[in-house]
Amino acid sequence: MSTILLIEQVLNGLQFGVMLFLMAAGLTLIFGVMGLINLAHGSLYMIGAFAAAAVAGATGSFLLAIIASLAAAAAAGALVELVVIRRLYDRDHLDQVLATFALILIFSEGTRWVFGSFPLFLDIPAALSGPVMLPGGIQYPAYRLLIIAIGLLIAFGLFQLIAKTRIGIQIRAGESDREMIAALGVDISKLYTIVFALGAGLAGLAGALVGAIQSVQVGMGEPVLILAFVVIVIGGIGSIKGALVGALLVGLTDTLGGVLLPGFFATFMEPSAATAVGSSLASMSIYILMAGVLLFRPTGLYGTA
Amino acid sequence: MTRESLINTALFLMLPLTAGAAWMLDEPFIITLATKVAILALAGVGLNIALGLGGLVSLGHAAFFGIGGYAMGILAHHAQNYTPLMEAPFLIEGTNAMPIIWLVAVIAGALAALAIGALSLRTSGVYFIMITLAFGQMLYYFAISWPAYGGEDGLSIYVRNGFPGLNTLDPVQFFAIAFVILAVTLFAAGRLAASAFGLALSAARQNAVRVETVGLSPYRLRLLAFVISGAITALAGALFADLNRFVSPTMFSWQMSGEIMIFVILGGVGRLYGPVAGAALFILLEHVLGGLSDFWHVYLGILLLLVVLFARGGMIGSLAGREVAHD
Amino acid sequence: MKLRSLVLAAGLAALASTGLADGHGGKVKVGMITTLSGGGAGLGIDVRDGFMLAAKMAGNDNLEVVIEDDQRKPEIAVQLADKMIQSEKVDVMTGIIWSNLAMAVVPAATAQGKFYLSPNAGPSALAGKGCHPLYFNVAWQNDNLHEAAGAYAKEAGYQNSFILAPNYPAGQDALTGYKRMYDGALAGEIYTKLGQTDYAAEIAQIRASGADSVFFFLPGGMGISFLKQYAGSGVDLPVVGPAFSFDQGILQAVGDAALGVKNTSQWNKDLDNAANKAFVEAFQAEYGRLPSLYASQGFDTANLLLSAMAKADVSDTDAFRAALAEAEFDSVRGDFKFGSNQHPVQNFYVREVIKEGDVFTNKIISASLTDHADAYASECTY
Repeated sequence: MSTILLIEQVLNGLQFGVMLFLMAAGLTLIFGVMGLINLAHGSLYMIGAFAAAAVAGATGSFLLAIIASLAAAAAAGALVELVVIRRLYDRDHLDQVLATFALILIFSEGTRWVFGSFPLFLDIPAALSGPVMLPGGIQYPAYRLLIIAIGLLIAFGLFQLIAKTRIGIQIRAGESDREMIAALGVDISKLYTIVFALGAGLAGLAGALVGAIQSVQVGMGEPVLILAFVVIVIGGIGSIKGALVGALLVGLTDTLGGVLLPGFFATFMEPSAATAVGSSLASMSIYILMAGVLLFRPTGLYGTA
Repeated sequence: MTRESLINTALFLMLPLTAGAAWMLDEPFIITLATKVAILALAGVGLNIALGLGGLVSLGHAAFFGIGGYAMGILAHHAQNYTPLMEAPFLIEGTNAMPIIWLVAVIAGALAALAIGALSLRTSGVYFIMITLAFGQMLYYFAISWPAYGGEDGLSIYVRNGFPGLNTLDPVQFFAIAFVILAVTLFAAGRLAASAFGLALSAARQNAVRVETVGLSPYRLRLLAFVISGAITALAGALFADLNRFVSPTMFSWQMSGEIMIFVILGGVGRLYGPVAGAALFILLEHVLGGLSDFWHVYLGILLLLVVLFARGGMIGSLAGREVAHD
Repeated sequence: MKLRSLVLAAGLAALASTGLADGHGGKVKVGMITTLSGGGAGLGIDVRDGFMLAAKMAGNDNLEVVIEDDQRKPEIAVQLADKMIQSEKVDVMTGIIWSNLAMAVVPAATAQGKFYLSPNAGPSALAGKGCHPLYFNVAWQNDNLHEAAGAYAKEAGYQNSFILAPNYPAGQDALTGYKRMYDGALAGEIYTKLGQTDYAAEIAQIRASGADSVFFFLPGGMGISFLKQYAGSGVDLPVVGPAFSFDQGILQAVGDAALGVKNTSQWNKDLDNAANKAFVEAFQAEYGRLPSLYASQGFDTANLLLSAMAKADVSDTDAFRAALAEAEFDSVRGDFKFGSNQHPVQNFYVREVIKEGDVFTNKIISASLTDHADAYASECTY
């Protein structure tokens, strides 16, 4: 495999990882601050994509579509938090899993009810379609570069938010001692709603950004949700830094595993068997990675026991 | 009799009564549904040993369910095509005798649970939920891309496997098999919970340190519970595959794990008959709501949500009152 | 194979007897199991709407249809089949979209004496060794559209194709089908993950491979994702694929990325025959959208059934089967007949994606295979 192709694949892995980070950041924040497992996070991703497709269809503006995805997912997140999630904080994980599983059913079929059973159209703006030439003669789609940039920007912004702002301090305090910050007079329920809406908004943004190059359809959130869980578990639940590292690890493993494994097996197996074994192993690779990480660090890379 | 044991008796009798009534009315499909409830309840009873007794929230029990299913599928597939399963180093033939298939399913499930449990139990809490999920997903993708036994298409077994002296294709007789297995397992699970092992396991769930100070290893207790749990769920998988005369990777999917968990939670975690109540309610809902609207998942979701939010302790918990909860 | 059929017949006698016992006196009860909820619902809805449109246009009171949703889960499909047979006591079954569900349901249904008319899935096992006298496929054998694509690639003079499909049995069949008709070299052959949504890695490999054309089979959302990403990648090799990724239901979601792409199909809305014109018009009037490939298949399935009902009583299995095999109905595909394994022998066309006003659709540009039968027919012995 040529170096250029390898670099391109690494970029693809990075882009996938950055996308996963947007999903995982919200998930890990919500778990870190409220101690809640939210299986419905994938639905918020879907809501973002559908909102973007609807607005883009009506106005033709991609920028408006992106804003709409953020707003719609954040609003849906806030609503869900106020109506349902807030009753689940003092429950055990089991109740949370079941309740948010129920939310998936409601959101998925509800979306199909509203938008119909066919995938929606959402495309990237003409200015961003097509490739750009990178140094070294690598052709790479402009839009994917933009995704990497946006993702890294948001990661940076999140770190700043948590490190420097008042709400960031409250979030960190909430992670270490929930009762105490309530006792200190912080409006804890408002904080929870804000954090949940923030996580939801990020998921919605990811849905819209990815929806533009994939298919906007019901059920699009679940595969990503599982991957996002893998990411935060690898990174250590509650840690934004862990989410970033985990997301990049998963993105690179998944992309490079799919590319390199069949070739690796082809060096000592016949081609068709190598393709079969390689592809099978590639589709299991991230789960093997996750199991491996947990065996050596039972609370993930950056998690605290 | 406490209220809970009254409810349990009613639940226990409900299945054979339903099946019997359906048999008299010549509604074989209702019998099939009752059989499905019995089998899924069995899977739930298996999970409940890990979940209710051991406090181990496994979101990967579909792994064992699927292993049981494929134990049946692979053995019967070879028997159906008259090809040996393995020739070297020694000959293994396929079979379509249910007792042998069950034995293989139970052993395979137990071994898989031993391996997965030994690794997963090093973690706890959410990490445990997620690592069990990861193992389930590994098997799911493996089953899809492994071409020897049909890949995503799965395996069809055209004739239900045999049980000595019974015609398993007759819905009532197959129901009887499934129900007897459920009854025996329920009895055994009840004894298990009351045994020294069960009490120690419960204690380990509530306070691991105390168990350790009396010289027991919580890790070993949990591992044993996980193995028993996996073996029972695998047996249910083998029966489920025989009910459908078909096995496919969807038995390994994480939604399947979620559904088994729903049976347990709907009925009431840690309650012996909880999975029976949960599975019965779930199948009833699926059957009734499915006929009402294309979008019946919305109603199912709302109903589930209401149960979690307002009927804590599941159905049995709500009906029996909280005072007789498991701990 | 004969031996197994005998074993089946004996083993299922208990179940079959309940089903065969009651005649309906000219009436036919149809059990339709199809996908109406979840991700793949669009296909099932189209098949159902096409089928019901034909039933409505015929106005035949003897046709009764029971419809159930399989949620695209094989276990559910199997249980619904039990329900159709045991409880609804249907005579004819139809509706299944996916090959894996068909493999789970069809052999058991036909073994229990039910007719099965496939409006979509055509797995090779049911066309060859596993064929059954009561099983009719009204759509195509799974390989057919890919074979047509291979034939087109050969004719277009492609010498070095890059081919890809998901890693599951239908995907493997697709690549086999393409290679059966295409005789150039392969620049690459990739199996992707089922349900994969990002194809950046594969597109990079295509770019680096030196291929002169790309063939892909990625049904549903996978195809939408691939095409959008391919269009943005700057790789502009010609693409060819089966109609599934370019059908009416999903074309609007692909958008400009699909314009000009060649795809192969046994049907298109501009096929010039009276039955098709009437169908396209009536479908639009009834449902307010353009019909899809799947709708056309559902429509043909119902008309085939109606044509047999006019000739024979369903309780006379042999006569009804003969009436079905004659296939004397006005297919929207024009000429339609069954081969020896009761799968279609039909024409396949090359279509091109175009834009009519605001709507993306296809037009036929050439014929690909004429009177084409499937490769498995010779393996089928009843």
